[in-house]
Amino acid sequence: MSADFLSSDGSGAPPRSNGELVFAEPWESRAFGVAAALRDRGLFDWDEFRACLIAQIALWEKQHPPDEPFSYYGCWQRALVELLAQKGVCSARELEVREHALASRPAGHDHAQGHDHDQDHDHDP
Amino acid sequence: MADHDPASRKNALRIEALENLLAEKGLLAPAAVDAIIERYEQEIGPLNGAHVVARAWTDPAYKRRLLDDGTAAVAELGFGGPQGEHLVVVENGPRVHNVVVCTLCSCYPWPVLGLPPAWYKSPAYRSRVVREPRVVLREMGLEIDESVEIRVWDSSAEVRYLVLPERPAAAANLDEAALADWVTRDAMIGVGKPQAPQP
Repeated sequence: MSADFLSSDGSGAPPRSNGELVFAEPWESRAFGVAAALRDRGLFDWDEFRACLIAQIALWEKQHPPDEPFSYYGCWQRALVELLAQKGVCSARELEVREHALASRPAGHDHAQGHDHDQDHDHDP
Repeated sequence: MADHDPASRKNALRIEALENLLAEKGLLAPAAVDAIIERYEQEIGPLNGAHVVARAWTDPAYKRRLLDDGTAAVAELGFGGPQGEHLVVVENGPRVHNVVVCTLCSCYPWPVLGLPPAWYKSPAYRSRVVREPRVVLREMGLEIDESVEIRVWDSSAEVRYLVLPERPAAAANLDEAALADWVTRDAMIGVGKPQAPQP
């Protein structure tokens, strides 16, 4: 059994505390929260999501050696993206374009809708 | 340090882009996501399950209802919601020790235990605890005598399991509130035993 089996938020965490760290990184909590919020809105139910999650986990396990670090929320997020594509809510292409737009923001630019539109020549007619 | 990991940066960018698109489409309010995260980080956790177990230890009628219909019995204490719709409570005893896993993914009774710890979701735990539960439990610090049968419950159907641990003899004279402090998350998954609270 690999060393990280018992580490991270495992037995070292205070098991009685409700405030223990359930997400290792902020993006994990967003991936969880987005899926839960969409399910609350009725875009899908947990059974549908679970089927996608199982498929993503099985795929990861097939493609990676057992000693490679496993990212559960990586699988979770791929399941969410896949399910939304299947439902026609958001295509892979659409997502890529938006990622590209966000990635090309100037460094330190926190807001998606900036105010420096004079610097943005992409939309010139 | 995680911020410099390319996979982590890619995931962070991806979820931001997704949230962004969904908000634009009117399908998602960022505040709703914030509220859900806060609830699972702050409110919904193993303390809920600890109250359930302590009640079962002190109230035989409640214990019967809990073993009979877990979902209904935890609802009596105000706990319910996603992943708790089909809750089955399995009782430990002198001859039987129960342990819970989800072999295919990470099914877990959220309303009473919160979100699962990392080891519960790891490929190692999920595959090994079914094959060699006694060995895995020993590695996790729990020695189960050879005379005790270990039952492994796979949550991968609709059912979510909660282990009702044995009430420790050392806690015989405590009331319900004090007993709840003995109930650990790990004891309710079956990879630990109730423990005296740390001072």
